[in-house]
Amino acid sequence: MTDDLIDGLYREGAPIRDTKAPSGPIEQRWSKRQFEAKLVNPANRRKLSVIVVGTGLAGGAAAATLGEQGYQVSAFCYQDSPRRAHSIAAQGGMNAAKNYKGDGDSVYRLFYDTVKGGDYRARESNVYRLAEVSSNIIDQCVAQGVPFAREYGGLLDNRSFGGVQVSRTFYARGQTGQQLLIGAYQALQRQVAEGTVTMYSRHEMLELIVVDGRARGIIVRDMVSGEVETHLADAVVLATGGYGNVFFLSTNAMGCNVTATWRAHRKGAYFGNPCFTQIHPTCIPVAGEHQSKLTLMSESLRNDGRIWVPKKAEDRNKDPRQIPEEDRDYYLERIYPAFGNLVPRDIASRAAKYQCDAGKGVGPGGLGVYLDFSEVIGRVGRDTVSARYGNLFDMYKQITGEDPYEVPMRIYPAVHYTMGGLWVDYDLQSSIPGLFVAGEANFSDHGANRLGASALMQGLSDGYFVLPNTIRDYLASGPYPAVDESAPEVVEAKKSVTSRIEQFLNSKGTRTVDSYHRELGHIMWEYCGMSRNREGLLTAVDRIRTLRKEYWSNVKVLGENEQINQSLERAGRVADFLELGELMCIDALHRRESCGGHFREESQTEDGEAERRDEEFAYAAAWEWGGEDSSPVLHKEDLVYEFIELKQRSYK
Amino acid sequence: MKITVKVWRQTGPEAPGKLVSYQLDDVSPDMSFLEMLDVLNENLATSGEEPIAFDSDCREGICGMCGLMINGSAHGPLRTTTCQLHMRSFSDGETITIEPWRAEPFKVLRDLIVDRGAFDRIISAGGFVSVNTGSAPEAHSTLVPKVNADRAFDTAACIGCGACVAACPNAAAMLFLGAKVTHLGELPQGQPERDSRVVKMLNQHDHEGFGGCTNVGACADACPKEIPLDVISQLNQDLRRAMVKGY
Amino acid sequence: MKLLMAVTGALFVFFVLMHMYGNLKIFGGQSAFDTYAHHLRTFGEPILPYEGFLWAFRVVLILSVVGHAYSAFYLWNKANGARKGRYAVRLAGAAAWRSTTMRWGGVALIAFLVFHLIQFTTHKVNFNSGVSDATIGESPYQLVVASFQLWWVVLVYLIALAAVGLHLQHGVWSAAQTLGCTTSVAARVRAKALAMFVAVVVVVGFALPPLFILFGIVE
Ligand SMILES: Cc1cc2nc3c(=O)[nH]c(=O)nc-3n(C[C@H](O)[C@H](O)[C@H](O)COP(=O)(O)OP(=O)(O)OC[C@H]3O[C@@H](n4cnc5c(N)ncnc54)[C@H](O)[C@@H]3O)c2cc1C
Ligand code: HEM
Ligand code: HEM
Ligand code: SF4
Ligand code: F3S
Ligand code: FES
Repeated sequence: MTDDLIDGLYREGAPIRDTKAPSGPIEQRWSKRQFEAKLVNPANRRKLSVIVVGTGLAGGAAAATLGEQGYQVSAFCYQDSPRRAHSIAAQGGMNAAKNYKGDGDSVYRLFYDTVKGGDYRARESNVYRLAEVSSNIIDQCVAQGVPFAREYGGLLDNRSFGGVQVSRTFYARGQTGQQLLIGAYQALQRQVAEGTVTMYSRHEMLELIVVDGRARGIIVRDMVSGEVETHLADAVVLATGGYGNVFFLSTNAMGCNVTATWRAHRKGAYFGNPCFTQIHPTCIPVAGEHQSKLTLMSESLRNDGRIWVPKKAEDRNKDPRQIPEEDRDYYLERIYPAFGNLVPRDIASRAAKYQCDAGKGVGPGGLGVYLDFSEVIGRVGRDTVSARYGNLFDMYKQITGEDPYEVPMRIYPAVHYTMGGLWVDYDLQSSIPGLFVAGEANFSDHGANRLGASALMQGLSDGYFVLPNTIRDYLASGPYPAVDESAPEVVEAKKSVTSRIEQFLNSKGTRTVDSYHRELGHIMWEYCGMSRNREGLLTAVDRIRTLRKEYWSNVKVLGENEQINQSLERAGRVADFLELGELMCIDALHRRESCGGHFREESQTEDGEAERRDEEFAYAAAWEWGGEDSSPVLHKEDLVYEFIELKQRSYK
Repeated sequence: MKITVKVWRQTGPEAPGKLVSYQLDDVSPDMSFLEMLDVLNENLATSGEEPIAFDSDCREGICGMCGLMINGSAHGPLRTTTCQLHMRSFSDGETITIEPWRAEPFKVLRDLIVDRGAFDRIISAGGFVSVNTGSAPEAHSTLVPKVNADRAFDTAACIGCGACVAACPNAAAMLFLGAKVTHLGELPQGQPERDSRVVKMLNQHDHEGFGGCTNVGACADACPKEIPLDVISQLNQDLRRAMVKGY
Repeated sequence: MKLLMAVTGALFVFFVLMHMYGNLKIFGGQSAFDTYAHHLRTFGEPILPYEGFLWAFRVVLILSVVGHAYSAFYLWNKANGARKGRYAVRLAGAAAWRSTTMRWGGVALIAFLVFHLIQFTTHKVNFNSGVSDATIGESPYQLVVASFQLWWVVLVYLIALAAVGLHLQHGVWSAAQTLGCTTSVAARVRAKALAMFVAVVVVVGFALPPLFILFGIVE
């Protein structure tokens, strides 16, 4: 480890390696690992306890499966029911390499597409495993009664999604995430009835307990009574989802947070690639300062809608129907004639931002571009368009009050998914032994960019098939020595939680939590959003630090701890976002290349496209918490491509 | 727009509650109903009064977390979730009364937040297919006719919001139950446990203290996911069959 | 509980239809009606004693009323238990109104039945002082005709009929629902139509005799 501060912001530590992935032919690695992982005698399982935080696809599936296997599981979520985890919002579908359509799909092709889609910043062995178990997921979900779309003959239907050339996406109308989650939830509730899983709803994890270098429990707050409780176990699983809400406005649910993973990070778990965020191009634009969240519109709209802005900035407030054809700029079709409106998410998003930066953005605030269906309506008729997109049009109308059959839709990119998360090895174990991380919460198999319909696949793969198999290797060495509630580590963890709560309630400040969150969001979006540059990121770090300092002295949280107190809940989450935001900017700053969702203005080709720099940056960044007043430490995990050749993306 | 809201305030489960009026002068018709409450809460917090507690998460109409009684209608005047309701559905100067769901099994925890844990326990009683991870057969080994698949889907769309209970004069949760019983009952995978499922779920329903259904139909009118009333009939039919078989 | 309600309710429907058919015989004139009334009592003789069938039928009906009312009040009570905390704003929508009409409509029906039984079955009370008791004698026909010459008796009946109609219109469909016969949209529409049909037939069928008598078409 060098002691030099790089850029005055971080240090570089020793490289890190994934020691668990077996070597050899990629097709055999997962079987090999499963075989090598130690077994736990069924009679002993009852004596082994596991805490699972999060009941989304990853956590719900993991808790249910571990319960079925006979472990003693405690599951936690902050909503009033495990069924409400944010996985429920996924619309599009889930990939699986079943090759039901006989169109040449295979495990290998799914593997290849995912590595390439992630812009070569994911591990080959992980991604291959993901592709491999994908088809088991479909079998499992169908057996649970998940009502996937079917053809008239009774077979499962597939569609192609996100520009992929094979039909491998399984879906349940526009509610795939909901149906999959309900399947996992029902499996979980079955285990609750069996007594193998104890469910704690409306409980928020606020601290991780680490004893003798192992994760041994968590501190949670009962969000109804305010009681701060200690839960101890042999292993802890975090499946707490993504942190897109650091941007304040995102397509994530209101409660999505980084607290669980961030607290673990502060206790020693490395944070992987925090700056990798995915920005989705087709969301409904912000309508005003009061806006609380952004709504995603399915990407399929780009199949038929044409995206444009007025050529002249002064036309931006005109009724779009009054703007003649020659005054419209169909900029995607102009710049990317080959792909047109169908360029990948990151490119479409960035292009929209540039138009708005140039003052041509439409709608209130000038942050929007038109997605126009008049041409296709004229060509195939209103009824056909309605059959294809009717429900989306209705949703748009419901939210904006405008009728997209008459007036062009307005869309704008929004933060959607975070590829970054806690760093884990092939076993999904973090750098703290006994702490496992699954689903969107880990730094995941998606590299620098996630392909559509693959997050659901990853969550369920982790939860049903990977984690239950790898965690047993760890549990086989247990039960670990019992930890007493009065152990110093436990007392310290609990105290840090209670004193934080007291600090919020006693800091009789003047600004509300939300106003800080909003300001942080503005900073992040401005400087660490769709495109990033050195100067902006430095400014952002600076501003976040100032904001954080002010936050702790001037935030206003009313009420008490011993009751439902939503401002208090948010205060804790925003405090952690304020620390995460800084790390994201530092990560974005240190990665002086463009890759996937991360676009550094300094690293682009002559015609303005993203340029990867594999010689320097073909690694995953695993950040270690440096301490309260110290800078973070970067550990690089080199990514080795044995099977897939690295190529530069091009969509011209 | 100017709006007056009368909101149910109650500090805790055992505390008494009452309606309190608040004034909002600058409401935009494009705001969602919950954003209107967010703004009100910011105002309250700034002036030193505790914000109104209400549940919401996805704000997309899918998680089922939100749910308010608005002027006597569950989820308000439109057939949608509370989070998908917008202020343009109200008129300038209107007074809006906002209450929590009311049913004995849905205890009010604070202000507009209720405890819907009873729904989870009903699902635990039998709302699942018993299949352990890893033991599933190949997905294509069982065909499902499209009509059954479609009906299963229509009924699986229930988001567990509880509006059906809130709107039912008897505070019965029959629509919620019927939706699950129909969803699993339409699929071949759900057959082995079909008879025991309906009996167990109904027993749990009654045990939780929900009222009995007298086929009023208010539930289906309030359901944001348009779960049709015939699921209750399906539930009754399944129950009758199960009883004949001696469950 | 619900099944009990549905089965007893369905029995009522059956009875009411029978009863209406009987009443319509009033148009057939005195003898037809009296024969019917008589026939009711001698049905099954000699196997059953005089009024045997009628009594058997009555027992079933009485049990049904008790069972029906019991389950109605049980559910009512349970509903109240399930919502002790009331809404400040009354439940909106037409549907909620239906439950109120079912309950109070049912109670009104009981009240009417008591009045009706006193009048026609047990005491043969004659409210019409214009017609001597002697004329009525043993002819139910005369009793009926005499009673319905009074406007207020007719009014009581019309009100009761309105209650019956509302109750049936929802009740018949509801019974189908409870018995699990309406598991598709089409079946539900059919059941609703059937309910409306039964309700209309019953109301019209029952309303004809009193009105005709009142307006002097049948004397
Ligand atoms: C609008 C939208 C559409 C999407 N569409 C698709 C799609 O079509 N296809 C696709 O593949 N992916 C899609 N995604 C991405 C995908 O849905 C998510 O990445 C995935 O579902 C995450 O699952 P998860 O289990 O990791 O986390 P989540 O489902 O987010 O679950 C997180 C869980 O952790 C709990 N939790 C969080 N913090 C705490 C805490 N501090 N204490 C206690 N509990 C906590 C929560 O209660 C919750 O139970 C979409 C995402 C969004 C936002
Ligand atoms: C004691 C007086 C009565 C009371 C309190 C009463 C009340 C009720 C109630 C509360 C219901 C339930 C509504 C529902 O299930 O949707 C009902 C159903 C019904 N009632 Fe009555 N009722 C009474 C008398 C009658 C009479 C006299 C008839 C016949 C004309 C009748 C016929 C029916 C029918 C057919 C049903 C439908 C059964 C079902 O829903 O399953 N009721 N009644
Ligand atoms: C035009 C309207 C009606 C007329 C003229 C009428 C007439 C009569 C008469 C004459 C009797 C006595 C029969 C006998 O004992 O020989 C009778 C009995 C009875 N009626 Fe009606 N009725 C009418 C409407 C109703 C309605 C609407 C109901 C109930 C919903 C009803 C329920 C009964 C019952 C329960 C009996 C007792 C039957 C028995 O003796 O077992 N009636 N009615
Ligand atoms: S049936 Fe409808 S109203 Fe009831 S919980 Fe489900 S979605 Fe909500
Ligand atoms: S409103 Fe209530 S009475 Fe039955 S039909 Fe619906 S549950
Ligand atoms: S907040 Fe999720 S349905 Fe309304």
